Amino acid sequence: MASVSAESSPNNLFNALRALLPPDSVLTESEDLHPFECDGLSVYRQLPLAVVLPETVEQVQAITRLCSELGVPLVARGAGTGLSGGALPLADGVLLSLARLNRILHIDAANAMATVQPGVRNLAISQAAAPYGLYYAPDPSSQIACSIGGNVAENSGGVHCLKYGLTVHNILQIKMVSIDGELLTIGAETLDAPGYDLLALMTGSEGLLGIIVEITVKLLPKPERAQVVLAAFDDVVKAGEAVGAVIAAGIIPAGLEMMDRLAISAAEDFAHAGYPRDAAAILLCELDGTNAEVSEHIRTVREILSAQGATEVRTAADEAERQLFWKGRKSAFPAVGRISPDYYCMDGTIPRRELPHVLRQISKWSEEYGLPVANVFHAGDGNLHPLILFDANKPGELARTEEFGQKILSLCVEVGGTITGEHGVGMEKLDTMCVQFESSELNQFHAVKHAFDPRGLLNPGKAVPTLHRCAEFGAMHVHHGKLSHPELERF
Amino acid sequence: MASADISTALQQQVQQALQDGTRLDIRGGGSKTFLGRAAHGTPLNVGNHRGIVDYDPRELVVTARTGTPLAEVEATLAEAGQMLAFEPPHFGTTATLGGTIACSLSGPRRPYAGSARDFTLGCRLINGRGEMLRFGGQVMKNVAGYDLSRLMAGAYGTLGVMLDVSLKVLPKPASSITLVYECNAAAAIEKMSGLLAQPYPVDAACFHGELCHLRLSGSEKAVRHTRAQLGGEELASGMEFWRTLNEHELALFTAAPVLYRIMVKPATPPLPLAGKWLLDWGGAQRWLASNEPPEHIRAEVAKVGGHVTQFRGGNRNGEIFQPLSAPLLALQQRLKCSLDPQGIFNPGRMYAEI
Repeated sequence: MASVSAESSPNNLFNALRALLPPDSVLTESEDLHPFECDGLSVYRQLPLAVVLPETVEQVQAITRLCSELGVPLVARGAGTGLSGGALPLADGVLLSLARLNRILHIDAANAMATVQPGVRNLAISQAAAPYGLYYAPDPSSQIACSIGGNVAENSGGVHCLKYGLTVHNILQIKMVSIDGELLTIGAETLDAPGYDLLALMTGSEGLLGIIVEITVKLLPKPERAQVVLAAFDDVVKAGEAVGAVIAAGIIPAGLEMMDRLAISAAEDFAHAGYPRDAAAILLCELDGTNAEVSEHIRTVREILSAQGATEVRTAADEAERQLFWKGRKSAFPAVGRISPDYYCMDGTIPRRELPHVLRQISKWSEEYGLPVANVFHAGDGNLHPLILFDANKPGELARTEEFGQKILSLCVEVGGTITGEHGVGMEKLDTMCVQFESSELNQFHAVKHAFDPRGLLNPGKAVPTLHRCAEFGAMHVHHGKLSHPELERF
Repeated sequence: MASADISTALQQQVQQALQDGTRLDIRGGGSKTFLGRAAHGTPLNVGNHRGIVDYDPRELVVTARTGTPLAEVEATLAEAGQMLAFEPPHFGTTATLGGTIACSLSGPRRPYAGSARDFTLGCRLINGRGEMLRFGGQVMKNVAGYDLSRLMAGAYGTLGVMLDVSLKVLPKPASSITLVYECNAAAAIEKMSGLLAQPYPVDAACFHGELCHLRLSGSEKAVRHTRAQLGGEELASGMEFWRTLNEHELALFTAAPVLYRIMVKPATPPLPLAGKWLLDWGGAQRWLASNEPPEHIRAEVAKVGGHVTQFRGGNRNGEIFQPLSAPLLALQQRLKCSLDPQGIFNPGRMYAEI
């Protein structure tokens, strides 16, 4: 094992990388590195030592072997749409972009599966499968840009999770390059694989366990019909209760989304979706399946929503209006981006019954902090996206926003939920991980990481906080009146 | 039987075992002892750790202690019109929730709804350091930390002692019917895999006794409408058929010398192996009762990219699950070691090496 540290001699590293890769696959000049300095969470920025853009799996193996030998940290990056700083480069590390591994390798319609490279965009899979009447179900809002490799690394969701599941439910097999450069097949082209379920473990592991270089996804038949109902409410709590009532009726909507007044108005200005601006909250409830079933369920859902006090219930008149209703929802983030200099997107998940309590508390804090909040909510599965509006140019406002955000996430944990439903921990939620997990649990995560990457070279410092970090954080935030991680010494 | 939380007692037993260097054979109701490789070690009885901890039908989540009888969980869900959508087999009246998840057992609905692992949302467990840990949670979406709760599904208790499990549940379909079609295996495979690209409400498909069976489930109207499109004969005793299939009560399962579970891509043509076949999961899970040498069966299945489990019978001290490649086995050994460093939980139950 070489003992040359990259920090002392980056030129050695650059030369070694250039020996492995074509000239345009190694970037080391500052102006070339800037486009990679952040992911979708741009408050964190960092230039890496170098960016590499391999075109083959063999090149990925060679890069990992080299980094392993030199002890240089490696951060994998897909399309860079992540929202938690998971693909944030490290100053002493190499950023490995998988953008050039972008081929759809095989659509196997007879077995309803597709094999693709990690840089393929999420939506491109469904487009390629469409001629066979098939599609790939998980649809994060960023699906026109985000890559399937990143989706696996983050276990991405979308608006159809309640019925169709997350990424982990829709993939069969991955090929992964270990830090030693070994190519491993995890999972199988069959419905399960022998041994431990490493596929579940890899999904959502945020680039800390291996580099994903190929994915086989499950494809589903396109439903015969999809129809969406829009319901308006004069009270957010009523809308929340209506969600529970739909589910209690034995109906699993394909999508069940909620937006509050500020989000409605921003989305309406942006997408002109025809949302009622005077509503305190709207629900979008999509039903899909056979024609007969959708008709039956639409009727039932309309009755339930009316009975729950909806001020208006509207079924999309045609496919164009259905698309428009969704366009408003899917563009909610950029829409909010237009009404405020900056916004900070939270991603907690809560048991749905806690919604009224959590929304009331967020609204109270919003007043205390003087920071408006727009709420966008995957209501069906309890995944809440409060968007805190702020101005990073005002001194101290980012810090106050982060503090407010942390309070929201701690509240999610307190009511039995989690700090992140689909955006990942990345760099952003390391401190709130200390709220959700005990030291022994974090230690267990570190032990699992060690089994894959004993020297900690794959995306180090992300996703799982060190116990020392938690001790420092815990010293500032006494939770439930008890000091967290009391076994650690304070400094 | 009364509900009881014996987590602390179980933790003490694990800590004692660590101190004494004893290995533990984790037991629920004992209905799955025939699965996997032969058990070794001092029994650790989780069967008395029982009771439903939390169930709110509107949340679509149930949390129960692992010793809770599977039948009790299902009966509670049924009262609210809900179900475990992965349709787990019981393999006996003593089946527990913990054993079901540890073996990741799923029934006929699996290809269309998901597996035991897919519906696992979180769990509490004792690891091989004697620590009580909680992973995942009671919500559908949760990406905080590595997904160690789903890792427990199908690990045969070799990574820890599960204490409670949270599962996603779904409403029971309003109606179901079973259609049958006379055909041979090749035609059934074609029919079943062809349906994968069709938006019909099929939630089970198998080939048995020269008949292709399809189960349709959904709203009354949807089922009737699809039945008119798909033709076939309606099987009056459909529900009972799927139950006997799931519980391995059909003659093929009970009379078998050795029963193999063969996983292949669903559209794979019939395999040239002698014995009695039943094709479930739309052709993706195939049962073979056969006297052929296991090595021969594994070799034939490997040719089509599948894998084999020696499910019932034969030598239970040999290779039961598909052997792993050397690097994958090494990784799994390191993973096992990260959760159970002294190797006290169910040693050798999956593979001799873990």
